[in-house]
Amino acid sequence: MTWETVVGLEVHCELATKTKLFCSCPNEFGAEPNTSVCPVCLGLPGSLPVLNEAVVEYALRVGEALHCRVPETSIFHRKNYFYPDMPKNFQISQYDEPVCVDGYLDIPGVGGVPRDAGGRVGIERAHIEEDTGKTLHVGAGGRIHDADHSLVDYNRAGVPLMEIVSRPDIRSSEEARAYVTELRAVLEAIGVSDVKMEEGSLRIDANVSLREEGTEVLGTKVEIKNMNSLRSLARALEFEVARQAAVLAEGGRITQETRHWDEEAGRTHPLRSKEEAFDYRYFPEPDLVPLAPPAEWQERVRASMPELPSARRRRLVEEWGISDHDAGVLLTSGLADYAGAAVAAGAPGREVTNWVVGDLLAYIHGGHARAPGVNETGADRSDLALTAEDLAELVGLVGNGILSRPLAKEVLAAALAGEGTPRQIAAARGLAQVSDEAELVAVVDGVLSASPAEVARYRDGDEKERKKLRGFFMGKVMAATKGRGNPQVLNRLLDERLPAG
Amino acid sequence: MTGTDGLVGRTATELAALVRAAEVSATEVTDAHLARIDAYDGGIRSFLYRADAEARERAAEIDAARSRGEDLGPLAGVPVAVKDVLTTRGLPTTCGSRILEGWRPPYDATVITRLRAAGAVLVGKTNMDEFAMGSSTENSAFFPTANPWDTTRVPGGSSGGSASAVAAGFSPLAIGTDTGGSIRQPAALCGVVGVKPTYGRVSRYGLVAYASSLDQAGGLATTVADAALLLEVIWGHDPADSTSIPTVPEPVRPTLEDGVAGLRVGIITELTETDGIQPEVAAAVEAARAILEEAGAEVDKVSVPSVEYGLSAYYIIAPAEASSNLARYDGVRYGLRRQAADVGTMNALTREAGFGAEVKRRIMIGTYALSAGYYDAYYGQAQRVRTLIINDFARAYEHFDVLLSPTSPTTAFPLGAKVDDPLAMYLSDVCTVPTNLAGAPGISVPAGLDGDGLPLAVQVVAPALHEAVMFRAARALERGFEFTARPRLGAS
Repeated sequence: MTWETVVGLEVHCELATKTKLFCSCPNEFGAEPNTSVCPVCLGLPGSLPVLNEAVVEYALRVGEALHCRVPETSIFHRKNYFYPDMPKNFQISQYDEPVCVDGYLDIPGVGGVPRDAGGRVGIERAHIEEDTGKTLHVGAGGRIHDADHSLVDYNRAGVPLMEIVSRPDIRSSEEARAYVTELRAVLEAIGVSDVKMEEGSLRIDANVSLREEGTEVLGTKVEIKNMNSLRSLARALEFEVARQAAVLAEGGRITQETRHWDEEAGRTHPLRSKEEAFDYRYFPEPDLVPLAPPAEWQERVRASMPELPSARRRRLVEEWGISDHDAGVLLTSGLADYAGAAVAAGAPGREVTNWVVGDLLAYIHGGHARAPGVNETGADRSDLALTAEDLAELVGLVGNGILSRPLAKEVLAAALAGEGTPRQIAAARGLAQVSDEAELVAVVDGVLSASPAEVARYRDGDEKERKKLRGFFMGKVMAATKGRGNPQVLNRLLDERLPAG
Repeated sequence: MTGTDGLVGRTATELAALVRAAEVSATEVTDAHLARIDAYDGGIRSFLYRADAEARERAAEIDAARSRGEDLGPLAGVPVAVKDVLTTRGLPTTCGSRILEGWRPPYDATVITRLRAAGAVLVGKTNMDEFAMGSSTENSAFFPTANPWDTTRVPGGSSGGSASAVAAGFSPLAIGTDTGGSIRQPAALCGVVGVKPTYGRVSRYGLVAYASSLDQAGGLATTVADAALLLEVIWGHDPADSTSIPTVPEPVRPTLEDGVAGLRVGIITELTETDGIQPEVAAAVEAARAILEEAGAEVDKVSVPSVEYGLSAYYIIAPAEASSNLARYDGVRYGLRRQAADVGTMNALTREAGFGAEVKRRIMIGTYALSAGYYDAYYGQAQRVRTLIINDFARAYEHFDVLLSPTSPTTAFPLGAKVDDPLAMYLSDVCTVPTNLAGAPGISVPAGLDGDGLPLAVQVVAPALHEAVMFRAARALERGFEFTARPRLGAS
C-alpha cells in the first residue's frame, strides 16, 4: 500500500512590535532576566490588559499578505492551564473568532490544492496571542527531571505572537520546508517579525498523518512539537512519517497524541495522549473588548503593503532578466535587498545576481558570514564587509574592462576580507587591467620574437595545432602583463601579428 | 475651629470644606478619626490594615500644600477607608485571603490614584469576604467584622469592613466593590448609602478580580451627597482598563436636589412581593413609594420576570470567571508558598492552604462550568439568561425612569447564622445581583430601623449610564426617610 503524507503546520511568529501585546514593556530579545516586566505582563493581582494597536496593524498586514478574510469583529479568549512561566496561569489567545481566516499562500510546486495550478497551501486561520516566559532548569544538565531548581524569566511573557495555521495541504518534508521558507520571507517582507528560529521568534508545530494514496479521508493525526530549525522540521517529519508508515504496515493504528521531537536522538517520543490532553476551558476574555478594526484601517494597510516575495520574484525575473531559480535564491537567501541596493547603485541586475548567487553565496556558505535560509540566522547584512555599493563598483570595474573576471574574483575576496573597496584593492594590488595599446604591442611583439619556433609551427599547423599555440601565446602575454592585460586587446593584437592560415 | 471633638460624624462634604477653608487641618481631621478607630475598632474590626503612619504623613502633606496656597482637591483631608481588594503601593493587599498574606503591591489602583489626587487620606484597608466572595464578611480568612448596630450580627458583605467603618464613624467615606451586591447589601445592613456605578464607570485597574465582567468599584457614605462627591472623584475613563467607558460621565451633584416631580418609578414585583422578604423590608419599600409619590413621582409596579433567574446565572458566570482569575495564585511569584518537591505539588499545596472553603467551592463550580462538554449547558446558558435580564430591564425602562426594590431581603442576620448554608447566604444577594448582570447602576439608601433596631434599606436602580437620575431619586428618598440615627458603639 502506498501512503500519502498529510501535513499541516502551526507557525508561531513573534511580532516585532516595540512594546508587548498588552502593556508598554519593551519587546526585546536578550535583556537581563525580569527587567522588561510590569504588573500587567507579570499578571499581578488587579492588573488588566490593554491591546497594543501596533499588534492589530501587524495582524492586518499578515491577513492581507496571506489573502485572509478579516471578520468585522474577533474576540480574545482565555486558554486556562497551569504553567510556572505563564504569569496568570491562563494565556490570552483567540479561539473560535480569530482575527484572520480562510487565506492561502502560493508556493511554486507546494501544496495539494490545486496541485496543477502551481501550488497553494490554504491558511485556515491566523490569530493573536501572548507569549509565555521562559523556564530555566538549574543544575544537572538543565533537564527538568534532574534539575535542582528552576528559574523563570518573564521578559518574554506578553510578547505578541501570531499563530498561523495552515490547512493540511502539505505533502512532504520538502514541501513543509518550502512552505515555512516562503512564509518566513512573507513575514519578513511585510516587516512584522524578525523570523529568527534560533531566537525563538519563529516556532513550528506540525500535525502529521498518513492516508492511503488516492483517498480523501484524513488519517489520525499526531502533533509534533519542539522543532527549532528548518532542518529539524524536515528531520522530524521524515522520522514521523516513517514511524507511522511502520505502524500501519504492521496493521497497527495511529494513536492521536502529541509527540516531542528529540533533536539529539533524532526521534519523536510521546508527550501526552488525547486522553491526557488539557481541557483548556476556553471562555471569552472579559477584560478585553471585541477587536473590530474599522474598514478604513484595513484599506490603509492594504494600500501600504510592501511587495510580497512572489510578486518580487516575478518582477526580478522580468526587470533583471534573471532566471526564476536565481530570483528564488536571491529571495530565500535574504540577499534580494542587498542585490537591489547594488542595482540601485548602478550595476546591471543580471551581473549583480551572478555575483551574488555565485561567489557571494559561496562565501557565505563557507561560513564566513550569515544569511537567513542558509544557516537560518538573521537577515542582517551589516556583517558583510562588501557593501552593496562596493559590489556595484566591482561589477562596474569588470564592465568597463578595468578588471578581468579572474582578477575581479580576487578583488571580491579581498573586499569581503575587509581590505577596502574594490577600486582601492585593485589599485593597491596593481590589478587594474592594462588596455594601453602601445604597452601591449610591445609585450606581444616581445613574446612573438622570443618564440620563433612556435610562430613557425603556428604558420604551418592545422586548426587544432593553431588553437593550442594560440593558448600558448596568450598565456605568455598574460604572464608578461602579470595577468593584467586586457584579453580583448591582446587577442586582437595576436590576430594582427600571427601569420594567417 | 479649636477642638477636634466635632470632626467625627461630619460629612465628607463638610470636612473638605473646613480643610479647604483652613478652619481645621487635615492632620486634625485624620487624628480625630484615627482616635475614633482606636477607641472602637476593637469591637467592630473593620480594618485588616491600619495605615495610621501613612495617613498622618499624607495629612501633613495636605496641610503643607494648603499653607503654600495650593488647590487641595474636592476630598481635601477627608479620611477614606478602602476595601482590601484594591492595590495600594507598598501597603498590604490581601483580598481577605491567606494566599496573599504579606504581598505589598508595587502599584496603586486607579481608584487609589484618583483618591490621592483629590486630597483624600487613606486610613486603612478594610476587611472583606475572601476575594469578595460572600455576603457577611465571615469568609474573611483573618476574622469576621461585626455590625456596629449590633455586634452579634454581620455587617453584610463582601464590603462589610467598608460599610461598618462608615457606619461606625471611622471614616466618612469608604470604597467598596460590588460584583453581586457587595457594596449595596452591606450598606443596607449597616445603615449607610452604597453605590454601585454602571459597569465600566470606575476603572477596574488595580481592583483584584473576582468576576471581571461583573466587578465594579463604588463608594459608601453617610449621605447621598457624599456618595455623589466620592463617585465624581473616582469615576471616568481610564485607558488602563479596556472595559472602561470612554465617555465623560454626566455629573451627579448639579441635579441632586432637583426632586422627582414627574419621575416614573417602577417597583420590581419579583424582588418585592416574594418569599423570603422580611415584612419590615417590604414595608420600607411601601414607605419609599409614599415618599416618592408625595414628592411628585409616578410610582407603579413593574414585572421584570427574568430577574428570578439572576442568582442562578450569577452563580455560574461569577465562579467561572473566578476559576480563571484566581489561577494566578500558585505560589510561584508572590504571596503564600508551600514548598514541595515539584512545581505541580507546590501549586496544589499552596492553593489548598491559601484558599478558604467558599473560594474553593466557587473555583470548583467555575472549573466545572467551563469544562469541555459542559460549557454551553452552563456558561453559555447563563450568558443567555444575562441577555434576557438586560432585555427585560430595557423593556421596563420604556415605561419607567428608575426602578425600586429592597436592597437586601432581610436586615442584618446573626454572625454564624448562614456560614454552613451557602445557598441561604447566596439568597442575600437576590435583589442586587440582577443589576450587576445588567451592568447597570444601583444605590442603596437607608430607610429607617426595624423592630430590632437594625437598619432597613431600599435600592434604586437605573439604566446604564443614568447615575444622575438614580441619585436624584435616592436623594428624594433620603430627604423623606430622614434617617439620622447612628449606632451606639461600645468602647473596646
